[in-house]
Amino acid sequence: MKLLSLLGRNLLRKPMRTSLTFASLAIAFLLFMLLQAISDAFSGGVSLEGMDRIVIDSKYSMTDNLPLAYVQRIRALDEVEMVTNMSWFGGYYREPRNSFATYPVDPVSYFDVFTEQRISTETLGRFRDIRISAVASEALAAQYGWEAGDTIPIMQDIFPQESGSWTWQFELAGTFHNAGGPLLLINYDYFNEAVVGWGKDQVGWLVARVADPAEVDATIGLVDGMFENSSDPTRSTTEDEYRRQLASQVGDVGTISSMILVAVFFTIVLLTGNTAAQAFSERVPEVAALKTLGFSDGSVATLVLVEALALCVGGGVVGVGIALLLEPGFNANLGGMIGSFDMTGQSVAYALVLASLLGLAVGAYPAISAKRLTIVEALRER
Amino acid sequence: MSELIRCTSVCKDYVRGSERVRVLRNVDMSVEDGTFVALMGPSGSGKTTLLNLMSGLDTPTSGEVEVDGLRLDSTSAGALARWRAQSVGFVFQFYNLLPVLTAQRNVELPLLLTDLPRSERKKNAAMALDIVGLGDRGSHKPGELSGGQQQRVAIARALVSDPRLLVCDEPTGDLDRETADEILELLGTLHRELGKTIVMVTHDPKAAKHATFTLHMDKGKLVAPADHADAAPQRARTVA
Repeated sequence: MKLLSLLGRNLLRKPMRTSLTFASLAIAFLLFMLLQAISDAFSGGVSLEGMDRIVIDSKYSMTDNLPLAYVQRIRALDEVEMVTNMSWFGGYYREPRNSFATYPVDPVSYFDVFTEQRISTETLGRFRDIRISAVASEALAAQYGWEAGDTIPIMQDIFPQESGSWTWQFELAGTFHNAGGPLLLINYDYFNEAVVGWGKDQVGWLVARVADPAEVDATIGLVDGMFENSSDPTRSTTEDEYRRQLASQVGDVGTISSMILVAVFFTIVLLTGNTAAQAFSERVPEVAALKTLGFSDGSVATLVLVEALALCVGGGVVGVGIALLLEPGFNANLGGMIGSFDMTGQSVAYALVLASLLGLAVGAYPAISAKRLTIVEALRER
Repeated sequence: MSELIRCTSVCKDYVRGSERVRVLRNVDMSVEDGTFVALMGPSGSGKTTLLNLMSGLDTPTSGEVEVDGLRLDSTSAGALARWRAQSVGFVFQFYNLLPVLTAQRNVELPLLLTDLPRSERKKNAAMALDIVGLGDRGSHKPGELSGGQQQRVAIARALVSDPRLLVCDEPTGDLDRETADEILELLGTLHRELGKTIVMVTHDPKAAKHATFTLHMDKGKLVAPADHADAAPQRARTVA
């Protein structure tokens, strides 16, 4: 349709108004992508590699520790192929804003359980053999420019050392690859040896790989039954469920995200719709002139509708583009705390469909008005 | 000369709120091909309504409007739009140019409805601008042109698809005397040299003198042309 050659010129008729509308749409879609990624991170499923893993935590609270001895008792079960222990270490590197996930782990069993996290044999050997060593995810090492052999000081706010020092020093054994965010793993044996008395022989939680994935529920019952009458009873769940429970500690992130998005897009519909209606009312004489010259009702209505679509889809594409550009930065800074911060192809598709629907909603009224506009009435009002 | 426009017993009503207002009352008239007709009368007399009917912008409540053999009163809106694009050029008081387009692109607009390639459209638009004396202003947007120049661009746009009929609604109503005379001279030239049939609504008796015939309207009816009693009835005539 040759009339569409007017599209760009009409959109640039009032550059400031178009720019502001475009920017508000781009920001709305940027927000959409960020909230989708956060919601996915909290509620999203675990990778296929984790389908046979269960998380064993304290029955009463995620913040309660479990005895280290549970590792051996669970490992002894035939139904469990491998088990490893983890604890939340906390702390920060140099400044409080440089915080990331840090776990004391058993080097060998950790990488046996989390097989999707890949580490070279040499690095694993150093991590196992050097008691004060640590390994960093590739993203974390890149973020701070760490190299193997560097000394990494971590300021603590939970676990002081027996010496009274709150600063822990680790020697970087190397890096490992993981799909998630920044992560630092420290040697549990060193941690257990140096930590203040009340922290010794304690672990935060355990992760076990079951021998038969089809028997996950039975294994969960078996493990929890083992410790039911102890002073430290456990509550075991699949890794997927564990992540959901963790998310629920923060709140229903999915619902909160949805409510924010509904509010944002409702406001955007009103604002953009008002702008489109105002822009159309300013152009009534021009639309009448086009119809006078012989352009059909349908063609002028299509022009008006496509303008609204172009504005909304354009804003959506720019917002999604900015979000994708920011993704690595968000992943590096948040990924370790909330899991993988990924903007999926599905989210991009949702955003583009939403942008198109927004364009149709915003352009519908002006387009229908353009179609119904009678030349004589419009020219008389001129 | 052949008859180009014929109106027979044309009535037009408008509904304003709960009231039905009769704007045209049994108008009978005809305009022969190649005539320059001025349509005069007081405000509200129905001049513009009659112009709208004979240019296919509106349809009568009753009666027949026939232009160049086509019954406009029984033609669909879509067909009327196509007919307007091919057969009628419009010139309005307020020019009605698209401010976002250059003069050249404004003149090209009617040609977007044809199958002409871009190069042909550009050539024809440049030619139309030359005819109205604005060959060097093609790249200017309406806001960069004077009122008279904008009206010339509007006339070029009306001419570009080479219609037989030009309808002009108060084409000089927004212009000073000198510029108005230039525009009227231009319309006269188009009539004399290109043989265009022109129907022009005007309040201005001086403007009407540029026409070859003047029709007067009052209260929705055509009345006898008192000051043009000697006008040749074979060019345009009322059938009262």
